[in-house]
Amino acid sequence: MNTRGLRSQLKDSVPVTGLGTQIGAYGVQDTLRSGFSSVKNELLPSHALELSEKNFQLNQDKMNFSTLRNIQGLHAPLKLQMEYRAARQIQRLPFLQSSHLALDTLKGNDESISFEDILNDPAQSEMMGEPHIMVEYKLGLM
Amino acid sequence: MLNTSRPCQPQSGGFSFEDSRRNAVLEGNLSELGYSSPKARKTGTTIAGIVFKDGVILGADTRATDDMVVADKNCMKIHYIAPNIYCCGAGVAADAEVTTQMMSSNVELHSLSTGRPPLVVTVTRQLKQMLFRYQGHIGSSLIVGGVDVTGAHLYSAYPHGSYDKLPFLTMGSGAGPAISIFEDRFRPNMELEDAKQLVRDAIVAGIFCDLGSGSNVDLCIITQAGVQYLRAYDQPAQKGKKEGQYKYKPGTTAVLTKTVTPLPLDIVDESVQLMDTQ
Repeated sequence: MNTRGLRSQLKDSVPVTGLGTQIGAYGVQDTLRSGFSSVKNELLPSHALELSEKNFQLNQDKMNFSTLRNIQGLHAPLKLQMEYRAARQIQRLPFLQSSHLALDTLKGNDESISFEDILNDPAQSEMMGEPHIMVEYKLGLM
Repeated sequence: MLNTSRPCQPQSGGFSFEDSRRNAVLEGNLSELGYSSPKARKTGTTIAGIVFKDGVILGADTRATDDMVVADKNCMKIHYIAPNIYCCGAGVAADAEVTTQMMSSNVELHSLSTGRPPLVVTVTRQLKQMLFRYQGHIGSSLIVGGVDVTGAHLYSAYPHGSYDKLPFLTMGSGAGPAISIFEDRFRPNMELEDAKQLVRDAIVAGIFCDLGSGSNVDLCIITQAGVQYLRAYDQPAQKGKKEGQYKYKPGTTAVLTKTVTPLPLDIVDESVQLMDTQ
């Protein structure tokens, strides 16, 4: 796949919450909830597709915008990104499920079905985020 | 093992890689003990397609294997994509099934959006883009064939995202025997009956020469006029009827001596239970 070896797969930036062990009960590593602890596990991806899937949409958008800029000039991606930004703001509170209907329509996701729609539906997930922490994170207080 | 170190990021759908590290560790442990983890069920197939005078004929066998065991003796490998486009799937059975269902939905949405009947090349393009995105981890090889406004077309797509456009194609574990039949007898613009016979012979070659293919031959004939799906067009592998009886006649073995020994049994306990016989 990638001939430059493991070093090329290191994540560019590790979130601060990722470093350090997950303290559970009795002040010890919580193996049940956060898995085995090792520095390698935090930094290297666990599957060949993990990083490429995480960045897939971003890379597609970058490619499309730069093509659009080359063909039609700077105004085209600027206008589109302004519309995306406006549509992204139409959301419920962070711990509730929003439909992202306007954003999906702008991006054209309403006319195709991919694995994002079939597998791992966020509305059916077993974990719920802590509402206070999520709202604080969104407002930038954390 | 859900990782709760990222509660603040919005969740998205799609593939989740949380358990892949655990699976790798489990696989390593199992192989140390000499066992192997269960494999995904593959179709172990012979699929073939051919372009003839009026359209396209797709053929497939009907055996699904689970390593060395036959899992399904009569599965359907020719999947519906659009009224004029059908697709044969080989490789991992679940991947082929889900991929073809997704393609069918996408093609329907696309044709509703454009207002035109779908083209075979649209299906192939979406398929190869998706297979390339997942770098071969989706293990399905597909033959897509159909008749649209531009004519009759036949494409094949491999798990890593490459595709071919040819007048005759075979895929699956029985592709070798099947393609040899095609290479020998294919001519452009064949008649319907000759083409049906040729595809049937190719699939039968796959059934008899490959362990992963077996049972019946399914055919799907797509023309401008419509689609004819012939399930179990031919059943070459039926069990033969036994010619004679292999039982011995009574009296074949002569009895030399006979001794009768009655066993002395004492009654220890007797109990009576009434049964309700209403």
